[in-house]
Amino acid sequence: MAEDETHPHAPSRKPYFLTFGFLIVMTFVTVVVAKFNLGPLNDIVALGIAVLKGTAVVLFFMHVRHSSNLTKLTVVSGFLWLGFMIFITLSDYWTRGWLDTFASGR
Amino acid sequence: MHSVTGGHARLQHHFDDLDQQREASTFGMWVFLCTEILFFGGLFTAYVIYRQRFHGVFAQASHELNVTLGATNTAVLICSSLTMALSIWAAQIGKRKLTVLFLLITMALGLTFLGIKTVEYSEKGVPFGIDALTHLTKHHLVPGPSFHYPCPPGEPCHPEQAEVFFSLYFCMTGLHALHMVVGVGLLSYLLVPSWRGRFTAEWHNPLECIGLYWHFVDIVWIFLFPLLYLIGAH
Repeated sequence: MAEDETHPHAPSRKPYFLTFGFLIVMTFVTVVVAKFNLGPLNDIVALGIAVLKGTAVVLFFMHVRHSSNLTKLTVVSGFLWLGFMIFITLSDYWTRGWLDTFASGR
Repeated sequence: MHSVTGGHARLQHHFDDLDQQREASTFGMWVFLCTEILFFGGLFTAYVIYRQRFHGVFAQASHELNVTLGATNTAVLICSSLTMALSIWAAQIGKRKLTVLFLLITMALGLTFLGIKTVEYSEKGVPFGIDALTHLTKHHLVPGPSFHYPCPPGEPCHPEQAEVFFSLYFCMTGLHALHMVVGVGLLSYLLVPSWRGRFTAEWHNPLECIGLYWHFVDIVWIFLFPLLYLIGAH
């Protein structure tokens, strides 16, 4: 990985500062965008930015970028199972009322 | 640092080399973080369901939260993640005092976050007994017998739905704050070994693992902030 100019053979600090800057800027963006009414886009943008910020923290601050494939797989699977929990729970609520529809033969 | 047989002092007998040990350590920490993802995930799931059902009131109730304080806290935690990463960098270049300094700054930022949270909670009526710090009237927004939601005029209002929002707000941010307290405690555990120069470029697994925990708690807040504070901000 890139070396630190002031300390050869040491990992570079640049990715940390760049990630920090990115996170602060995106926090600012998220607050500003929230002030406008974009309808359903508000939620999508807010969550999208949060996902980008979280990804930046995972890859750079948590060093997953340089981690083994096993670690990367573990990270992905953690969020994947969270997705299962949310999605399958939602599907239960979204399909309430369908039972009556089917039962009446329509 | 190296024993007579040539092994590194920190190398445990059941690992072939330090790299494998580090990978096992990181992997194990991430397995724990996966349980944390699901731990908070349960509350996030509840939030998703009730946000859908009570969409209007959730946006309305969110107005009671202080976006400035929330955003400031977000920035505070982002700074603390930077200083946490830098403390590991300092250990890798052998600067033990700098490592300790960055750890202390990280802890201070964590305590700042908790301080701001305390101000927020007391604004909402959690009886912390620090009325002197806030000049604002206490809103009765803590779910329970004293809950009283100030319905904005001209809009449909369901206080019981607002109470669900605040239940989620206090549970999610409260659980997060508890994790922050644990995090600050874990960081303090690193101070003495850091000062003694135990952490080097070749071995700094405790720093790395506690760093992972700290960054994870930051990520939880990164999602909490927009979901609780920024809905219906327009």
